[in-house]
Amino acid sequence: MSATPAGLRQSAATHAAEYDELDRRIIVATQDGLPRVARPYHAVGEQVGVTAAEVMARLQRMLERGVIRRIGAVPNHYKLGYRANGMTVWNVPDERIRELGEQVGALASVSHCYHRPRHLPGWPYNLFAMVHGHDRNEVEAKVAEIARLLGDADRGHTVLYSTRILKKTGLRIGG
Amino acid sequence: MDVLDRQIINELQGGFPLCEHPFAEVAERLGTSEDELIRRIDALLTDGTLSRFGPMYHAERLGGALTLAAMQVPEADFERVAVLVNAYPEVAHNYAREHALNMWFVLATESPGRIDAVIAAIEHDTGLKVYNMPKLEEFFVGLRFEA
Repeated sequence: MSATPAGLRQSAATHAAEYDELDRRIIVATQDGLPRVARPYHAVGEQVGVTAAEVMARLQRMLERGVIRRIGAVPNHYKLGYRANGMTVWNVPDERIRELGEQVGALASVSHCYHRPRHLPGWPYNLFAMVHGHDRNEVEAKVAEIARLLGDADRGHTVLYSTRILKKTGLRIGG
Repeated sequence: MDVLDRQIINELQGGFPLCEHPFAEVAERLGTSEDELIRRIDALLTDGTLSRFGPMYHAERLGGALTLAAMQVPEADFERVAVLVNAYPEVAHNYAREHALNMWFVLATESPGRIDAVIAAIEHDTGLKVYNMPKLEEFFVGLRFEA
């Protein structure tokens, strides 16, 4: 497993909607995926009533603004043999969380990395890093790598393995 | 899954071009034909090897909100609670995990204010506390698997 280069991104909770009505029609037309035809942007354009050039320009603009993270494929990691899925959670000093989060996120073995709130007393963990492996041994080796990186800043951690997917659908916005 | 399928999966995680004939462009890079590439992607989507192909939208920048939430569900009640939780269209993913907090789900709503309402409704339906763990900061997103 490899990871794309890490980059710190601002929490987006305060972003206002950064798209207009035509963008919205394009989003609704493509949120289930791109048509698999030779000229997919023409197909989307026909659906929403604009030219392919306009569709491409809008998608490009949404990419630049971060409304679209990327255009591409998402594999089902189970099907690729990544059967162990560990949500690793760490209790690290709040004043160092940004520095440490960036370092942990930069590890090739970590696919998502977030600062989340503690719920004391039962849940002291504030740094979440998702780790995938072919089996639990592989995940444990990656957890050890994170622990080494954190050193003294690791005030306790645990790994929550998933045992079952109870539901999995995509994000939906209304048409 | 053969070598070309693996190449397609790896290539398409890196991005898909915005141009007149994007499949032809990717096919050329991979040394295959446009028709063959389209056939392969369709097959990988059909058998579930790929779960999505297209633009990945960023929920918060669309004006929506996401959060991760957890519950401590008594084992005997687990299936009943899963049905109640999953019934909400805002529940995008839900995983059983090995921990006292044994049910973890992602809520995706069209507006930030809706998150609290859905959490309150789930607490009401289930009689259980929902621990809301919204991201305070995102250090990395870029799930990528080598096929």
